[in-house]
Amino acid sequence: MHHTRTARALPIAAAFVLALTACGTGASADAPRDAAAESAPPSPAAEQAEAFSITDPWVKAVTAEEGMSAVFGEMANGSDAEIVIVAAEHPAAEMVELHEVVTEGTDSTMREIDGGFPVEPRGTRTLAPGGDHIMLMGLTEDLEAGMEATVTVEFADGSTTEFTAPVKEYAGANEEYEGDGHGQHEDDGDH
Amino acid sequence: MDRGVSRRGLLLGGAAAGAGAVGGALAHRWATDAPAAPQAAALPLNGERTVPFHGPRQAGVETPPQAHAAFTAFDLGRDVDAEGVRRLMRLLSDDAARLTRGEPALADTEPELATVPARLTVTFGFGPGLVERVDPGAVPDWLRPLPEFDHDDLDPRWGQADLLVQVCADDPVTVAHTVRMLGKDARAFTEPRWTQTGFRRAHGSEADGTTMRNLMGQVDGTANPRPGTADFDHLVWRETGPAWLAGGTGLVLRRIETHLDTWDELDRPAREAVIGRRLADGAPLTGGDEHAEVDLAATDATGLTVIADFAHVRRSRTDDPEQRIFRRGYNYDLRDHGTPEAGLLFASYQADPVRQFTPIQRRLDELDLLNEWVTAVGSAVFAVPPGCTEDGYVGDSLLEP
Repeated sequence: MHHTRTARALPIAAAFVLALTACGTGASADAPRDAAAESAPPSPAAEQAEAFSITDPWVKAVTAEEGMSAVFGEMANGSDAEIVIVAAEHPAAEMVELHEVVTEGTDSTMREIDGGFPVEPRGTRTLAPGGDHIMLMGLTEDLEAGMEATVTVEFADGSTTEFTAPVKEYAGANEEYEGDGHGQHEDDGDH
Repeated sequence: MDRGVSRRGLLLGGAAAGAGAVGGALAHRWATDAPAAPQAAALPLNGERTVPFHGPRQAGVETPPQAHAAFTAFDLGRDVDAEGVRRLMRLLSDDAARLTRGEPALADTEPELATVPARLTVTFGFGPGLVERVDPGAVPDWLRPLPEFDHDDLDPRWGQADLLVQVCADDPVTVAHTVRMLGKDARAFTEPRWTQTGFRRAHGSEADGTTMRNLMGQVDGTANPRPGTADFDHLVWRETGPAWLAGGTGLVLRRIETHLDTWDELDRPAREAVIGRRLADGAPLTGGDEHAEVDLAATDATGLTVIADFAHVRRSRTDDPEQRIFRRGYNYDLRDHGTPEAGLLFASYQADPVRQFTPIQRRLDELDLLNEWVTAVGSAVFAVPPGCTEDGYVGDSLLEP
Protein backbone atom coordinates (compact mmCIF):
# COMPACT_ATOMS: atom_id res chain seq x y z
CA MET A 1 0.00 0.00 0.00
CA HIS A 2 1.68 3.18 -1.12
CA HIS A 3 0.46 6.44 0.21
CA THR A 4 3.07 8.61 -1.36
CA ARG A 5 1.32 10.51 -4.07
CA THR A 6 2.82 12.95 -6.45
CA ALA A 7 0.60 15.80 -7.37
CA ARG A 8 -1.41 15.77 -10.50
CA ALA A 9 -3.24 18.70 -11.89
CA LEU A 10 -6.96 18.37 -11.32
CA PRO A 11 -8.86 21.49 -12.18
CA ILE A 12 -11.93 21.96 -10.02
CA ALA A 13 -13.74 23.44 -13.03
CA ALA A 14 -12.90 20.41 -15.13
CA ALA A 15 -15.60 21.13 -17.70
CA PHE A 16 -14.26 24.61 -18.24
CA VAL A 17 -10.74 23.35 -18.82
CA LEU A 18 -11.92 20.61 -21.16
CA ALA A 19 -13.67 23.23 -23.23
CA LEU A 20 -10.44 25.19 -23.60
CA THR A 21 -8.07 22.33 -24.38
CA ALA A 22 -8.15 20.31 -27.54
CA CYS A 23 -6.52 17.22 -26.09
CA GLY A 24 -8.16 15.24 -23.31
CA THR A 25 -6.79 15.68 -19.81
CA GLY A 26 -7.52 12.12 -18.76
CA ALA A 27 -4.20 10.56 -19.74
CA SER A 28 -1.90 13.32 -18.57
CA ALA A 29 -3.79 13.73 -15.32
CA ASP A 30 -2.80 10.22 -14.30
CA ALA A 31 0.79 10.45 -15.46
CA PRO A 32 3.55 10.97 -12.90
CA ARG A 33 4.43 14.55 -12.27
CA ASP A 34 7.82 14.47 -14.02
CA ALA A 35 6.44 12.85 -17.13
CA ALA A 36 3.64 15.36 -17.29
CA ALA A 37 6.09 18.21 -16.94
CA GLU A 38 8.20 16.87 -19.80
CA SER A 39 5.36 16.33 -22.21
CA ALA A 40 3.78 19.70 -21.62
CA PRO A 41 5.32 22.71 -19.93
CA PRO A 42 3.17 23.53 -16.91
CA SER A 43 0.82 26.37 -17.47
CA PRO A 44 1.17 29.15 -14.92
CA ALA A 45 -2.10 28.08 -13.36
CA ALA A 46 -0.85 24.51 -12.68
CA GLU A 47 2.58 25.42 -11.42
CA GLN A 48 2.14 25.22 -7.65
CA ALA A 49 0.02 22.08 -7.79
CA GLU A 50 2.64 20.28 -9.83
CA ALA A 51 5.34 21.08 -7.29
CA PHE A 52 3.28 19.59 -4.47
CA SER A 53 3.50 16.10 -3.07
CA ILE A 54 2.44 14.52 0.21
CA THR A 55 3.99 11.52 1.97
CA ASP A 56 2.09 9.24 4.34
CA PRO A 57 -1.19 11.13 4.35
CA TRP A 58 -3.95 9.83 6.61
CA VAL A 59 -7.32 10.91 7.94
CA LYS A 60 -8.77 10.31 11.38
CA ALA A 61 -11.75 7.91 11.43
CA VAL A 62 -14.98 9.54 12.70
CA THR A 63 -18.70 9.05 12.37
CA ALA A 64 -20.91 11.56 10.55
CA GLU A 65 -22.44 12.27 13.94
CA GLU A 66 -19.08 13.32 15.29
CA GLY A 67 -18.95 15.53 12.24
CA MET A 68 -15.30 16.63 12.24
CA SER A 69 -12.02 15.07 11.24
CA ALA A 70 -8.61 16.12 10.01
CA VAL A 71 -6.05 15.25 7.35
CA PHE A 72 -2.37 14.73 8.19
CA GLY A 73 0.84 13.94 6.32
CA GLU A 74 4.12 15.45 5.23
CA MET A 75 3.72 17.95 2.40
CA ALA A 76 6.67 18.71 0.14
CA ASN A 77 7.47 21.37 -2.42
CA GLY A 78 9.57 20.02 -5.29
CA SER A 79 10.11 23.41 -6.95
CA ASP A 80 12.41 26.37 -6.42
CA ALA A 81 9.56 28.71 -5.67
CA GLU A 82 7.36 28.86 -2.60
CA ILE A 83 3.96 27.21 -2.90
CA VAL A 84 1.01 28.06 -0.67
CA ILE A 85 -1.95 25.77 0.03
CA VAL A 86 -4.90 28.07 0.50
CA ALA A 87 -7.90 25.72 0.53
CA ALA A 88 -8.96 22.08 0.49
CA GLU A 89 -12.01 19.96 -0.26
CA HIS A 90 -13.37 16.55 0.66
CA PRO A 91 -16.50 15.14 -0.98
CA ALA A 92 -18.20 14.39 2.36
CA ALA A 93 -17.23 17.61 4.16
CA GLU A 94 -19.50 20.64 3.95
CA MET A 95 -16.66 22.86 5.05
CA VAL A 96 -12.88 22.43 5.03
CA GLU A 97 -10.43 24.79 6.73
CA LEU A 98 -6.65 24.99 7.11
CA HIS A 99 -5.87 24.99 10.81
CA GLU A 100 -2.99 25.66 13.12
CA VAL A 101 -2.87 24.72 16.81
CA VAL A 102 -1.97 27.26 19.43
CA THR A 103 -0.87 25.81 22.75
CA GLU A 104 -1.11 27.71 26.01
CA GLY A 105 -0.01 25.59 28.94
CA THR A 106 -1.75 22.25 28.54
CA ASP A 107 -4.61 23.70 26.51
CA SER A 108 -4.39 23.39 22.77
CA THR A 109 -6.69 25.47 20.66
CA MET A 110 -6.98 25.19 16.94
CA ARG A 111 -7.92 28.02 14.66
CA GLU A 112 -7.92 28.86 10.99
CA ILE A 113 -4.45 29.87 9.86
CA ASP A 114 -3.91 33.26 8.22
CA GLY A 115 -2.42 33.02 4.75
CA GLY A 116 -2.73 29.26 4.28
CA PHE A 117 0.13 26.71 4.47
CA PRO A 118 3.23 28.05 2.71
CA VAL A 119 5.82 25.37 1.85
CA GLU A 120 9.32 26.69 1.26
CA PRO A 121 11.18 26.00 -2.00
CA ARG A 122 12.39 22.36 -1.87
CA GLY A 123 11.04 22.24 1.67
CA THR A 124 8.49 20.23 3.59
CA ARG A 125 5.71 21.07 6.00
CA THR A 126 4.18 18.51 8.32
CA LEU A 127 0.50 18.20 9.05
CA ALA A 128 0.23 16.35 12.39
CA PRO A 129 -2.06 15.97 15.38
CA GLY A 130 -1.28 18.82 17.74
CA GLY A 131 -0.06 20.97 14.83
CA ASP A 132 -1.12 22.13 11.39
CA HIS A 133 -3.88 20.09 9.79
CA ILE A 134 -6.58 20.19 7.16
CA MET A 135 -9.83 20.31 9.09
CA LEU A 136 -12.89 18.53 7.71
CA MET A 137 -16.20 19.83 9.10
CA GLY A 138 -19.87 19.08 8.59
CA LEU A 139 -19.19 15.52 7.51
CA THR A 140 -22.21 14.00 5.81
CA GLU A 141 -20.99 10.39 6.05
CA ASP A 142 -18.83 8.22 8.29
CA LEU A 143 -15.12 8.09 7.62
CA GLU A 144 -14.50 4.44 8.43
CA ALA A 145 -11.14 2.89 9.24
CA GLY A 146 -9.46 1.42 6.19
CA MET A 147 -11.40 3.55 3.67
CA GLU A 148 -9.53 5.74 1.24
CA ALA A 149 -10.37 9.47 1.45
CA THR A 150 -9.79 11.73 -1.52
CA VAL A 151 -8.66 15.22 -0.63
CA THR A 152 -8.32 18.10 -3.09
CA VAL A 153 -6.01 20.98 -2.24
CA GLU A 154 -5.95 24.39 -3.90
CA PHE A 155 -2.94 26.67 -4.16
CA ALA A 156 -2.43 30.43 -4.15
CA ASP A 157 -2.18 30.50 -7.94
CA GLY A 158 -5.54 28.76 -8.27
CA SER A 159 -4.09 25.39 -9.30
CA THR A 160 -5.39 22.25 -7.59
CA THR A 161 -4.39 18.66 -7.06
CA GLU A 162 -5.79 15.67 -5.21
CA PHE A 163 -4.44 12.80 -3.19
CA THR A 164 -5.91 9.78 -1.45
CA ALA A 165 -5.30 9.02 2.21
CA PRO A 166 -6.28 5.98 4.27
CA VAL A 167 -8.62 6.52 7.18
CA LYS A 168 -7.20 5.37 10.51
CA GLU A 169 -8.48 5.08 14.04
CA TYR A 170 -6.77 7.65 16.23
CA ALA A 171 -7.54 8.60 19.82
CA GLY A 172 -5.86 12.00 19.75
CA ALA A 173 -6.38 15.10 17.61
CA ASN A 174 -9.05 16.43 19.95
CA GLU A 175 -7.99 20.06 20.28
CA GLU A 176 -10.62 22.65 21.20
CA TYR A 177 -11.92 24.55 18.24
CA GLU A 178 -11.76 28.30 18.77
CA GLY A 179 -14.78 30.42 18.08
CA ASP A 180 -17.23 27.65 17.29
CA GLY A 181 -19.98 25.95 19.23
CA HIS A 182 -18.86 22.48 18.20
CA GLY A 183 -16.58 21.96 21.18
CA GLN A 184 -14.23 19.01 20.87
CA HIS A 185 -13.93 16.87 17.79
CA GLU A 186 -15.29 13.97 19.74
CA ASP A 187 -18.29 13.50 21.99
CA ASP A 188 -20.01 16.50 20.49
CA GLY A 189 -23.32 14.76 20.10
CA ASP A 190 -25.16 17.96 21.02
CA HIS A 191 -25.26 19.32 17.52
CA MET B 1 28.21 -19.98 42.29
CA ASP B 2 31.90 -19.38 42.98
CA ARG B 3 32.79 -20.31 39.46
CA GLY B 4 30.24 -17.92 37.97
CA VAL B 5 31.41 -15.04 40.08
CA SER B 6 35.08 -15.56 39.35
CA ARG B 7 34.44 -15.88 35.63
CA ARG B 8 32.51 -12.67 35.62
CA GLY B 9 35.26 -11.05 37.65
CA LEU B 10 37.80 -12.09 35.07
CA LEU B 11 35.82 -10.61 32.21
CA LEU B 12 35.16 -7.37 34.02
CA GLY B 13 38.81 -7.10 35.00
CA GLY B 14 39.88 -7.73 31.45
CA ALA B 15 37.59 -5.11 30.04
CA ALA B 16 38.75 -2.54 32.58
CA ALA B 17 42.43 -3.20 32.03
CA GLY B 18 42.21 -3.03 28.28
CA ALA B 19 43.17 -5.51 25.59
CA GLY B 20 46.88 -5.45 26.23
CA ALA B 21 46.52 -6.63 29.80
CA VAL B 22 44.15 -9.55 29.15
CA GLY B 23 45.65 -13.00 29.17
CA GLY B 24 44.29 -16.14 27.60
CA ALA B 25 41.88 -16.78 24.78
CA LEU B 26 40.13 -13.45 24.79
CA ALA B 27 43.30 -11.44 24.16
CA HIS B 28 44.43 -13.95 21.58
CA ARG B 29 41.23 -13.54 19.62
CA TRP B 30 41.41 -9.78 19.75
CA ALA B 31 44.97 -9.82 18.50
CA THR B 32 44.26 -12.10 15.54
CA ASP B 33 41.01 -10.40 14.61
CA ALA B 34 42.27 -6.85 14.81
CA PRO B 35 44.18 -6.55 11.51
CA ALA B 36 41.62 -8.46 9.48
CA ALA B 37 38.58 -6.68 10.90
CA PRO B 38 39.47 -3.09 11.74
CA GLN B 39 35.77 -2.25 12.11
CA ALA B 40 35.08 -5.02 14.60
CA ALA B 41 34.15 -2.38 17.16
CA ALA B 42 31.34 -1.16 14.90
CA LEU B 43 29.43 -4.46 14.67
CA PRO B 44 25.90 -3.75 13.47
CA LEU B 45 23.34 -3.83 16.24
CA ASN B 46 20.98 -6.78 16.17
CA GLY B 47 18.19 -4.27 16.71
CA GLU B 48 18.82 -2.88 13.23
CA ARG B 49 18.34 -6.22 11.47
CA THR B 50 15.21 -6.59 9.38
CA VAL B 51 13.32 -9.49 7.81
CA PRO B 52 11.39 -8.61 4.62
CA PHE B 53 7.62 -8.57 5.07
CA HIS B 54 6.75 -8.81 1.37
CA GLY B 55 7.31 -11.97 -0.64
CA PRO B 56 5.57 -15.09 -1.93
CA ARG B 57 5.43 -16.58 1.59
CA GLN B 58 4.80 -14.85 4.87
CA ALA B 59 7.81 -14.37 7.11
CA GLY B 60 7.80 -15.80 10.62
CA VAL B 61 7.60 -19.47 9.66
CA GLU B 62 10.94 -20.25 8.03
CA THR B 63 12.55 -17.27 9.75
CA PRO B 64 15.05 -18.50 12.37
CA PRO B 65 13.02 -18.11 15.57
CA GLN B 66 13.38 -14.78 17.26
CA ALA B 67 13.74 -14.56 21.04
CA HIS B 68 10.25 -13.21 21.78
CA ALA B 69 6.78 -13.90 20.44
CA ALA B 70 3.23 -12.76 20.95
CA PHE B 71 0.33 -14.64 19.41
CA THR B 72 -2.66 -12.34 19.54
CA ALA B 73 -6.12 -13.37 18.38
CA PHE B 74 -9.25 -11.46 17.43
CA ASP B 75 -12.87 -12.20 16.55
CA LEU B 76 -14.53 -10.19 13.81
CA GLY B 77 -17.34 -7.83 14.77
CA ARG B 78 -20.78 -9.10 13.80
CA ASP B 79 -21.29 -6.46 11.10
CA VAL B 80 -17.91 -6.87 9.43
CA ASP B 81 -18.36 -8.19 5.88
CA ALA B 82 -15.83 -9.14 3.20
CA GLU B 83 -15.23 -5.48 2.43
CA GLY B 84 -14.54 -4.88 6.12
CA VAL B 85 -12.05 -7.77 6.20
CA ARG B 86 -10.36 -6.30 3.14
CA ARG B 87 -10.01 -2.89 4.80
CA LEU B 88 -8.76 -4.53 8.01
CA MET B 89 -6.11 -6.61 6.26
CA ARG B 90 -4.96 -3.62 4.18
CA LEU B 91 -4.43 -1.58 7.35
CA LEU B 92 -2.69 -4.39 9.24
CA SER B 93 -0.47 -5.32 6.29
CA ASP B 94 0.58 -1.70 5.89
CA ASP B 95 1.40 -1.47 9.59
CA ALA B 96 3.40 -4.70 9.39
CA ALA B 97 5.29 -3.63 6.27
CA ARG B 98 6.38 -0.37 7.88
CA LEU B 99 7.19 -1.72 11.33
CA THR B 100 9.23 -4.65 9.98
CA ARG B 101 11.35 -2.09 8.08
CA GLY B 102 11.99 -0.28 11.35
CA GLU B 103 9.70 2.59 10.40
CA PRO B 104 6.73 3.89 12.38
CA ALA B 105 3.28 2.77 11.30
CA LEU B 106 1.02 5.39 9.82
CA ALA B 107 -0.41 7.45 12.72
CA ASP B 108 1.97 5.70 15.12
CA THR B 109 1.71 7.46 18.46
CA GLU B 110 5.09 6.10 19.62
CA PRO B 111 7.20 6.37 16.46
CA GLU B 112 10.47 6.14 18.40
CA LEU B 113 9.60 2.61 19.54
CA ALA B 114 9.45 1.50 15.91
CA THR B 115 13.10 2.20 15.15
CA VAL B 116 14.45 -1.10 16.55
CA PRO B 117 13.00 -3.85 14.32
CA ALA B 118 15.27 -6.59 15.77
CA ARG B 119 14.23 -9.07 13.05
CA LEU B 120 10.54 -8.30 13.57
CA THR B 121 8.11 -10.50 11.67
CA VAL B 122 4.32 -10.24 11.59
CA THR B 123 2.48 -13.34 10.38
CA PHE B 124 -1.28 -13.46 9.84
CA GLY B 125 -3.48 -16.52 10.22
CA PHE B 126 -7.18 -16.84 9.36
CA GLY B 127 -9.60 -18.87 11.44
CA PRO B 128 -12.59 -20.57 9.81
CA GLY B 129 -14.84 -17.69 10.91
CA LEU B 130 -12.93 -15.14 8.89
CA VAL B 131 -12.76 -17.26 5.74
CA GLU B 132 -16.51 -18.04 6.00
CA ARG B 133 -17.26 -14.35 6.27
CA VAL B 134 -15.50 -13.76 2.97
CA ASP B 135 -16.44 -16.93 1.07
CA PRO B 136 -17.97 -19.98 2.80
CA GLY B 137 -16.81 -22.15 -0.10
CA ALA B 138 -13.18 -21.22 0.46
CA VAL B 139 -12.72 -22.88 3.86
CA PRO B 140 -10.30 -25.80 3.51
CA ASP B 141 -11.57 -29.00 5.12
CA TRP B 142 -8.73 -29.05 7.65
CA LEU B 143 -9.48 -25.55 8.93
CA ARG B 144 -11.57 -26.57 11.92
CA PRO B 145 -10.94 -27.31 15.59
CA LEU B 146 -8.84 -30.41 16.23
CA PRO B 147 -10.66 -33.41 17.72
CA GLU B 148 -10.61 -33.15 21.51
CA PHE B 149 -8.03 -35.53 22.93
CA ASP B 150 -8.57 -37.38 26.22
CA HIS B 151 -5.70 -35.67 27.96
CA ASP B 152 -6.74 -32.19 26.85
CA ASP B 153 -8.27 -29.83 29.36
CA LEU B 154 -9.16 -27.05 26.96
CA ASP B 155 -10.15 -23.64 28.22
CA PRO B 156 -12.22 -21.69 25.66
CA ARG B 157 -10.28 -18.66 26.87
CA TRP B 158 -7.43 -19.87 24.60
CA GLY B 159 -9.68 -21.27 21.90
CA GLN B 160 -10.38 -20.83 18.22
CA ALA B 161 -10.58 -17.24 16.96
CA ASP B 162 -11.16 -15.54 13.59
CA LEU B 163 -7.80 -13.84 13.12
CA LEU B 164 -4.35 -14.53 14.50
CA VAL B 165 -1.48 -12.06 14.45
CA GLN B 166 1.85 -13.68 15.28
CA VAL B 167 4.49 -11.10 16.21
CA CYS B 168 8.10 -12.21 16.70
CA ALA B 169 11.26 -10.18 17.33
CA ASP B 170 14.49 -10.39 19.26
CA ASP B 171 13.36 -7.44 21.40
CA PRO B 172 10.33 -7.54 23.72
CA VAL B 173 9.74 -3.79 23.45
CA THR B 174 9.46 -4.15 19.68
CA VAL B 175 6.95 -6.98 20.15
CA ALA B 176 4.90 -4.91 22.61
CA HIS B 177 4.79 -1.86 20.37
CA THR B 178 3.86 -3.92 17.30
CA VAL B 179 1.08 -5.79 19.10
CA ARG B 180 -0.33 -2.51 20.38
CA MET B 181 -0.14 -0.75 17.03
CA LEU B 182 -1.85 -3.56 15.14
CA GLY B 183 -4.37 -3.95 17.94
CA LYS B 184 -5.37 -0.31 17.54
CA ASP B 185 -5.94 -0.75 13.83
CA ALA B 186 -7.90 -3.96 14.41
CA ARG B 187 -10.17 -2.31 16.98
CA ALA B 188 -12.75 -0.92 14.55
CA PHE B 189 -13.33 -4.41 13.12
CA THR B 190 -12.70 -6.89 15.91
CA GLU B 191 -12.91 -7.84 19.54
CA PRO B 192 -9.67 -9.04 21.11
CA ARG B 193 -9.84 -12.72 22.16
CA TRP B 194 -6.48 -13.58 23.70
CA THR B 195 -2.79 -12.85 23.61
CA GLN B 196 -0.19 -15.50 24.41
CA THR B 197 3.39 -14.35 24.85
CA GLY B 198 6.49 -16.51 24.93
CA PHE B 199 10.24 -16.48 24.85
CA ARG B 200 13.32 -18.46 23.96
CA ARG B 201 16.93 -17.83 24.84
CA ALA B 202 17.92 -14.19 24.34
CA HIS B 203 19.51 -13.26 21.05
CA GLY B 204 23.23 -13.96 21.10
CA SER B 205 23.14 -16.29 24.09
CA GLU B 206 23.52 -19.43 22.00
CA ALA B 207 24.85 -20.24 18.55
CA ASP B 208 22.26 -19.79 15.78
CA GLY B 209 20.51 -23.04 14.97
CA THR B 210 20.71 -24.45 18.49
CA THR B 211 17.56 -26.48 19.19
CA MET B 212 15.58 -24.75 21.92
CA ARG B 213 15.07 -26.12 25.40
CA ASN B 214 11.70 -25.96 27.06
CA LEU B 215 11.28 -25.12 30.73
CA MET B 216 11.28 -28.84 31.63
CA GLY B 217 14.90 -28.75 30.51
CA GLN B 218 14.42 -30.88 27.42
CA VAL B 219 15.93 -30.22 24.03
CA ASP B 220 12.69 -29.57 22.15
CA GLY B 221 12.27 -29.76 18.36
CA THR B 222 15.15 -31.97 17.21
CA ALA B 223 13.05 -33.80 14.61
CA ASN B 224 12.10 -30.61 12.75
CA PRO B 225 12.48 -30.59 8.96
CA ARG B 226 15.15 -28.10 7.95
CA PRO B 227 13.91 -24.81 6.38
CA GLY B 228 15.12 -24.34 2.83
CA THR B 229 14.96 -28.04 1.94
CA ALA B 230 12.53 -29.71 -0.46
CA ASP B 231 11.40 -31.87 2.47
CA PHE B 232 10.45 -28.76 4.45
CA ASP B 233 8.68 -27.14 1.50
CA HIS B 234 6.63 -30.28 0.91
CA LEU B 235 5.64 -30.69 4.55
CA VAL B 236 4.93 -27.04 5.34
CA TRP B 237 3.87 -25.06 2.27
CA ARG B 238 0.60 -25.80 0.57
CA GLU B 239 0.79 -27.22 -2.93
CA THR B 240 -2.87 -28.22 -3.38
CA GLY B 241 -6.28 -27.25 -2.03
CA PRO B 242 -7.97 -23.89 -2.27
CA ALA B 243 -6.10 -21.67 -4.73
CA TRP B 244 -6.03 -18.75 -2.31
CA LEU B 245 -3.84 -20.77 0.07
CA ALA B 246 -1.15 -21.79 -2.44
CA GLY B 247 2.13 -20.85 -0.81
CA GLY B 248 0.47 -20.70 2.59
CA THR B 249 0.43 -23.17 5.44
CA GLY B 250 -1.59 -24.35 8.42
CA LEU B 251 -0.81 -23.32 11.99
CA VAL B 252 -1.73 -25.31 15.06
CA LEU B 253 -1.27 -23.29 18.23
CA ARG B 254 -1.66 -25.24 21.47
CA ARG B 255 -1.05 -23.93 24.94
CA ILE B 256 0.68 -26.78 26.78
CA GLU B 257 0.77 -26.30 30.52
CA THR B 258 3.69 -28.09 32.17
CA HIS B 259 3.45 -29.26 35.75
CA LEU B 260 6.96 -28.35 36.81
CA ASP B 261 6.45 -29.05 40.51
CA THR B 262 5.65 -32.75 39.98
CA TRP B 263 8.24 -32.96 37.19
CA ASP B 264 10.73 -31.96 39.90
CA GLU B 265 10.01 -35.29 41.64
CA LEU B 266 11.64 -37.20 38.78
CA ASP B 267 15.36 -37.93 38.83
CA ARG B 268 17.37 -37.57 35.67
CA PRO B 269 17.23 -41.24 34.55
CA ALA B 270 13.45 -41.18 34.89
CA ARG B 271 13.21 -37.88 33.00
CA GLU B 272 15.33 -39.31 30.19
CA ALA B 273 13.25 -42.49 30.05
CA VAL B 274 10.04 -40.46 29.73
CA ILE B 275 11.33 -38.80 26.57
CA GLY B 276 13.80 -41.39 25.27
CA ARG B 277 16.52 -38.79 24.87
CA ARG B 278 19.47 -37.65 26.97
CA LEU B 279 18.94 -34.40 28.82
CA ALA B 280 22.52 -33.30 28.29
CA ASP B 281 22.36 -33.00 24.53
CA GLY B 282 19.03 -34.36 23.30
CA ALA B 283 20.66 -37.45 21.76
CA PRO B 284 18.59 -40.65 21.64
CA LEU B 285 19.17 -43.03 24.56
CA THR B 286 20.32 -45.49 21.91
CA GLY B 287 23.39 -43.36 21.20
CA GLY B 288 24.87 -40.88 18.76
CA ASP B 289 24.46 -37.14 18.74
CA GLU B 290 21.28 -35.04 18.93
CA HIS B 291 20.35 -35.71 15.31
CA ALA B 292 21.17 -39.41 15.31
CA GLU B 293 18.36 -41.79 14.35
CA VAL B 294 16.46 -43.25 17.26
CA ASP B 295 16.89 -47.05 17.36
CA LEU B 296 13.50 -48.19 18.56
CA ALA B 297 14.50 -51.89 18.39
CA ALA B 298 17.67 -51.65 20.47
CA THR B 299 17.54 -53.66 23.71
CA ASP B 300 19.56 -53.44 26.90
CA ALA B 301 21.23 -56.25 28.88
CA THR B 302 17.90 -57.28 30.40
CA GLY B 303 16.32 -57.66 26.99
CA LEU B 304 14.01 -54.67 27.33
CA THR B 305 13.97 -52.01 24.62
CA VAL B 306 16.17 -49.05 25.49
CA ILE B 307 13.41 -46.72 24.35
CA ALA B 308 10.42 -47.69 26.50
CA ASP B 309 6.96 -48.33 25.08
CA PHE B 310 5.68 -45.22 26.82
CA ALA B 311 8.53 -42.93 25.73
CA HIS B 312 7.56 -39.70 24.00
CA VAL B 313 10.02 -40.19 21.18
CA ARG B 314 8.61 -43.65 20.37
CA ARG B 315 4.99 -42.53 20.51
CA SER B 316 5.54 -39.43 18.35
CA ARG B 317 7.40 -41.40 15.68
CA THR B 318 5.82 -42.99 12.62
CA ASP B 319 6.87 -44.80 9.48
CA ASP B 320 4.65 -42.48 7.44
CA PRO B 321 6.93 -39.65 6.29
CA GLU B 322 3.86 -37.48 5.62
CA GLN B 323 3.03 -37.41 9.33
CA ARG B 324 5.60 -34.81 10.18
CA ILE B 325 5.31 -31.17 11.23
CA PHE B 326 7.51 -28.09 11.70
CA ARG B 327 7.58 -26.80 15.27
CA ARG B 328 8.45 -23.24 16.25
CA GLY B 329 7.43 -23.03 19.86
CA TYR B 330 7.98 -20.56 22.68
CA ASN B 331 8.14 -20.98 26.44
CA TYR B 332 5.89 -19.11 28.80
CA ASP B 333 6.30 -18.52 32.51
CA LEU B 334 3.75 -16.29 34.21
CA ARG B 335 4.17 -15.42 37.84
CA ASP B 336 2.71 -11.95 38.15
CA HIS B 337 -0.83 -13.06 39.02
CA GLY B 338 -0.95 -15.60 41.82
CA THR B 339 -0.33 -19.23 40.90
CA PRO B 340 2.68 -19.66 38.66
CA GLU B 341 1.74 -20.85 35.19
CA ALA B 342 4.44 -22.27 32.96
CA GLY B 343 4.50 -24.16 29.73
CA LEU B 344 5.01 -24.18 26.02
CA LEU B 345 3.26 -22.28 23.26
CA PHE B 346 3.33 -25.21 20.88
CA ALA B 347 3.22 -23.67 17.42
CA SER B 348 3.44 -26.14 14.57
CA TYR B 349 3.22 -25.44 10.86
CA GLN B 350 2.12 -28.04 8.34
CA ALA B 351 0.36 -28.00 4.99
CA ASP B 352 -2.51 -30.10 6.39
CA PRO B 353 -2.98 -30.27 10.19
CA VAL B 354 -5.59 -33.04 9.97
CA ARG B 355 -3.35 -35.29 7.89
CA GLN B 356 -0.03 -34.42 9.56
CA PHE B 357 -0.60 -33.21 13.12
CA THR B 358 -3.70 -35.09 14.30
CA PRO B 359 -2.30 -38.64 13.86
CA ILE B 360 0.79 -37.76 15.91
CA GLN B 361 -1.27 -36.20 18.67
CA ARG B 362 -3.64 -39.17 18.66
CA ARG B 363 -0.74 -41.55 19.34
CA LEU B 364 0.59 -39.31 22.11
CA ASP B 365 -2.86 -39.08 23.61
CA GLU B 366 -3.24 -42.88 23.68
CA LEU B 367 0.06 -43.50 25.40
CA ASP B 368 2.86 -41.12 26.28
CA LEU B 369 4.17 -40.99 29.80
CA LEU B 370 4.91 -37.31 29.29
CA ASN B 371 1.14 -36.74 29.55
CA GLU B 372 1.57 -37.02 33.32
CA TRP B 373 3.33 -33.66 33.33
CA VAL B 374 1.86 -31.76 30.41
CA THR B 375 -1.74 -30.74 29.62
CA ALA B 376 -3.06 -28.89 26.58
CA VAL B 377 -5.23 -26.06 27.90
CA GLY B 378 -5.63 -24.15 24.64
CA SER B 379 -5.97 -25.13 20.99
CA ALA B 380 -6.63 -23.25 17.78
CA VAL B 381 -6.02 -23.79 14.06
CA PHE B 382 -5.36 -21.10 11.49
CA ALA B 383 -4.80 -20.94 7.75
CA VAL B 384 -1.70 -18.88 7.09
CA PRO B 385 -2.22 -17.25 3.67
CA PRO B 386 0.66 -16.72 1.26
CA GLY B 387 2.65 -13.50 1.47
CA CYS B 388 1.88 -10.38 -0.54
CA THR B 389 3.59 -7.95 -2.88
CA GLU B 390 4.32 -4.35 -1.96
CA ASP B 391 1.10 -3.27 -3.66
CA GLY B 392 -0.97 -6.03 -2.07
CA TYR B 393 -1.91 -7.17 1.40
CA VAL B 394 -2.01 -10.48 3.21
CA GLY B 395 -5.28 -12.16 2.30
CA ASP B 396 -5.66 -10.52 -1.10
CA SER B 397 -5.63 -13.96 -2.72
CA LEU B 398 -8.81 -14.76 -0.75
CA LEU B 399 -10.46 -11.35 -0.92
CA GLU B 400 -9.64 -10.49 -4.53
CA PRO B 401 -9.30 -13.88 -6.24
